[in-house]
Amino acid sequence: MTFDVRLSDLSLEQPGDEPGREGLGVLAWLCLGFVVLLAVVAVIAPLIAPYDPYLQTIVDSNQGPSSKHLLGTDELGRDIWSQLIYGTRTALVGPTIVAIGAGLLGTFLGLLTGFRGGWVDGVTMRVIEIVYAVPPLIVAIVLVGILGGGYWLAVVVLIFLSAPADVRVVRSAVLAQRELPYVAAARAVGLRGARVATRHVLPNITPTVSANVLLQFVGALVALSGLAFLGLGVAPGTPDWGLMVAENRSNLDINPWAVIAPALLITLLAVSVTILGDRVYELLSGRRSVG
Amino acid sequence: MKIAIFVARRLVAMVAILLVVSFLVFCLLSLAPGDPAIILLGGPSKATPEAVAKVRAAYHLDEPLIAQYWYWLQGVLRFDFGRSIRSQLPVFDSIHERFPITAALAVYSFIITVVIAIPLGLAAGVRRGTRLDRTVTAGSLIGFAAPVFALAVFLIYVFAVQLGWFPVYGAGKGTIDRIYHLTLPAITLAIGQIAIIARQTRAATMDVATQDYVTFARVRAVPARTVWGGYVLRNASLPVITISGLVLAFALTGAVLVEQSFALPGLGTLLVDSVNALDVPVIQAITLLTAFVILSFNLIIDVAYFALDPRLRRGVGA
Repeated sequence: MTFDVRLSDLSLEQPGDEPGREGLGVLAWLCLGFVVLLAVVAVIAPLIAPYDPYLQTIVDSNQGPSSKHLLGTDELGRDIWSQLIYGTRTALVGPTIVAIGAGLLGTFLGLLTGFRGGWVDGVTMRVIEIVYAVPPLIVAIVLVGILGGGYWLAVVVLIFLSAPADVRVVRSAVLAQRELPYVAAARAVGLRGARVATRHVLPNITPTVSANVLLQFVGALVALSGLAFLGLGVAPGTPDWGLMVAENRSNLDINPWAVIAPALLITLLAVSVTILGDRVYELLSGRRSVG
Repeated sequence: MKIAIFVARRLVAMVAILLVVSFLVFCLLSLAPGDPAIILLGGPSKATPEAVAKVRAAYHLDEPLIAQYWYWLQGVLRFDFGRSIRSQLPVFDSIHERFPITAALAVYSFIITVVIAIPLGLAAGVRRGTRLDRTVTAGSLIGFAAPVFALAVFLIYVFAVQLGWFPVYGAGKGTIDRIYHLTLPAITLAIGQIAIIARQTRAATMDVATQDYVTFARVRAVPARTVWGGYVLRNASLPVITISGLVLAFALTGAVLVEQSFALPGLGTLLVDSVNALDVPVIQAITLLTAFVILSFNLIIDVAYFALDPRLRRGVGA
């Protein structure tokens, strides 16, 4: 029994819905545009940020939005707008590494366990069952906290905590593919198992894997910003959206933008990538054309 | 009889997993950087040679790890998790003191979830493709993706700071005040759960609604209430129950962030405070408790399956 969210559960359109437009669609293009925009901002942050996000000017502390500070300042007089711009970096880099790292690890183990079965499968599945006995974010809070905290430690811990979900998704996709005639045909012409798995089965499960990588990005973004919010992620003072929410919470009545804006950006990014994952899955799996 | 065998087998598996988890949880003390004795004393400043020797003896720190685990496990089975490093109180008492708030928050948000998510999902599934359906589908996607602490600050800003309808922080005193204080946190926690359950209910409803027996019942002019309530909802409940394990994990994780957001003195804030203070005995107890809750819940789900679906009862052991 698995308790993972299946991709079909997350799909905006369920099987049986009337076929929609071809291509990404307006909404998904908007989402993609938003993500690309954030990525560009992350790269050119020093060029467009009006202030150094670390710069503390105590005389200017706790200000509301003004022409000098577009979204006001925080308790230490740091410019919120500049912090938001620099915050794109931790918001994008960590989750990307987690999603790709967990995707590679999970795909490798999923192919291995799904295709080979046997004791490798048994051991891996038992280990995953044990990992799932405690929710990943709680494990992350405990492990990252005990080991001393920090952004990169959190990234590494999250790769290993996210991989089991990939293993399960890939494994069940492989199990479905394994029964199809093309696998038997490839075997019959004498191809080795590893070659059949990587060259024949893997391309067929690519839609599942790619959509899952995007979902894992969302999971990692929510987890990393959550850890930062709890004071266990990025170091204090780092421009990070999750940390900004935590640090400026007590001034919600003085400068709400310092809290609402980073929270909104995390939410928008998470929702955008979720929608993209949904569309990518639909496009690559060709569900539309099948009907 | 076959059900008993099935339950017994699941129970054995659960105990085995709990044992492994308990060993890993025990190892957290060795994982923490530094000498366990000094960690248990609460820092080098309090580590006089006599105190270190006392702690080493009390926690059997000079014996092999597996022996230490055995002593620790014997205590755990008697609900003795040692003493909190911060408060010096028995860990069990700290947890006992915090538990009611987390439990109240969880139950409150669960009630909100069920009352809203099931009818919404059912309505969206029945009226597929309508504006209601699209709203529910899009809303649940946002609710699922949005981080809990972000939702918390949105709700605090609108309903506590701007409108002043609810208090911003704290858990309140007395039953009525407690419910009042927990309303906004419970709604925050419920949003993600509503998203998951409404979506699953919608998908399950759509799946069941296209079955022949539903079409036939409608042809026979069985009243709509009976068709949707009795036939569709009941059959759609199975996939919804499948997802409830995920919802529980979501709720436990969410509770940590919600309690932190609303400054509620529950188990979640206790965990975060203990992690920050490296209060290992408390961390161990809460982590093990979480595993116990999740594994017991999964066991209950497995059994509930058999209670709800007579088809499975025949299939056991086959």
